[in-house]
Amino acid sequence: MIHALAFYVFAAVTVVSAFMVISARNPVHSVLYLILAFFNSAALFLLMGAEFIAMILVIVYVGAVAVLFLFVVMMLDINIAELRQGFLKYLPIGAAVGIALFAEILLALGAWSVSPVAAGSLRAKVSDVPNTEALGRLIYTDYMFLFQAAGMVLLIAMIGAIVLTLRTRPGVRRQKIAAQIGRRREEAVVLVKTRVGEGVSS
Amino acid sequence: MDALLIEYLPILVFIGIAAGLTIAMVGASYLIARQAPDSEKLSPFECGFAPFSDARAQFDVRFYLVAILFIIFDLEVAFLFPWAVAFKDIGTFGFWSMMLFLGILTVGFVYEWKKGALEWE
Repeated sequence: MIHALAFYVFAAVTVVSAFMVISARNPVHSVLYLILAFFNSAALFLLMGAEFIAMILVIVYVGAVAVLFLFVVMMLDINIAELRQGFLKYLPIGAAVGIALFAEILLALGAWSVSPVAAGSLRAKVSDVPNTEALGRLIYTDYMFLFQAAGMVLLIAMIGAIVLTLRTRPGVRRQKIAAQIGRRREEAVVLVKTRVGEGVSS
Repeated sequence: MDALLIEYLPILVFIGIAAGLTIAMVGASYLIARQAPDSEKLSPFECGFAPFSDARAQFDVRFYLVAILFIIFDLEVAFLFPWAVAFKDIGTFGFWSMMLFLGILTVGFVYEWKKGALEWE
């Protein structure tokens, strides 16, 4: 009962917020709706028993990818009025492409045949091991090559991001901590004996 | 109901409380308070001034670089979770497999440290 209710609430919020992503006027609001959609899909994954994917969705997609989207949206400098200008002009061709794609999806789904045992085996519980642990047992030993390949991909992404975006600016003054600590009294302080009424000049 | 989902029931309860509380507060202030909308109430006055330009200005790509580097290490941490959970079962091979993975990413970390990508001028 609660299960079904939770499913319908989360699914409805996901669909509505996904619709708002493409229909919101302000692109920043679109990204916020996208975050809401991510959260709700995480809850849907949780309802299916896929707790690891749910947590990854929250950590990676909500925590990091959504921030990147926000940055991109902020950087794009979008003028919404300008974007909407040609909307009616391009509506027929856009609608045609959309209908063609939808028809293709319908055809593909219509030709899809589902094995009668598939539904049962999808629902079958593999074991009592929670799926984070089940994944952990497989990734690092049986699929070690793919795991290391993922590491290489991350390394390349890191280097690529730095090569593409890092610029060192000339003439920037930084705090030099070593120089500060290495300073000695003789270099910094001069003791001058002054006579009364003459002042100091050096 | 599933034993797994029972563990998450408190979160559902919290979501319900949070949603109910926010709806109650916003709704109550909307219903009970006297509404007298006026355009002057929304305009800047005294110390305020009208904004000079749009907030959607382009800013330094360096923020973006920090976000990308954060995502990469975030994914690294995501790989660490199942490893830690299944640590007893995967043995020495699994341990060194992860060490190799961390070593590859440490190469990248040393690279970005040496390049000064982590420094903020």
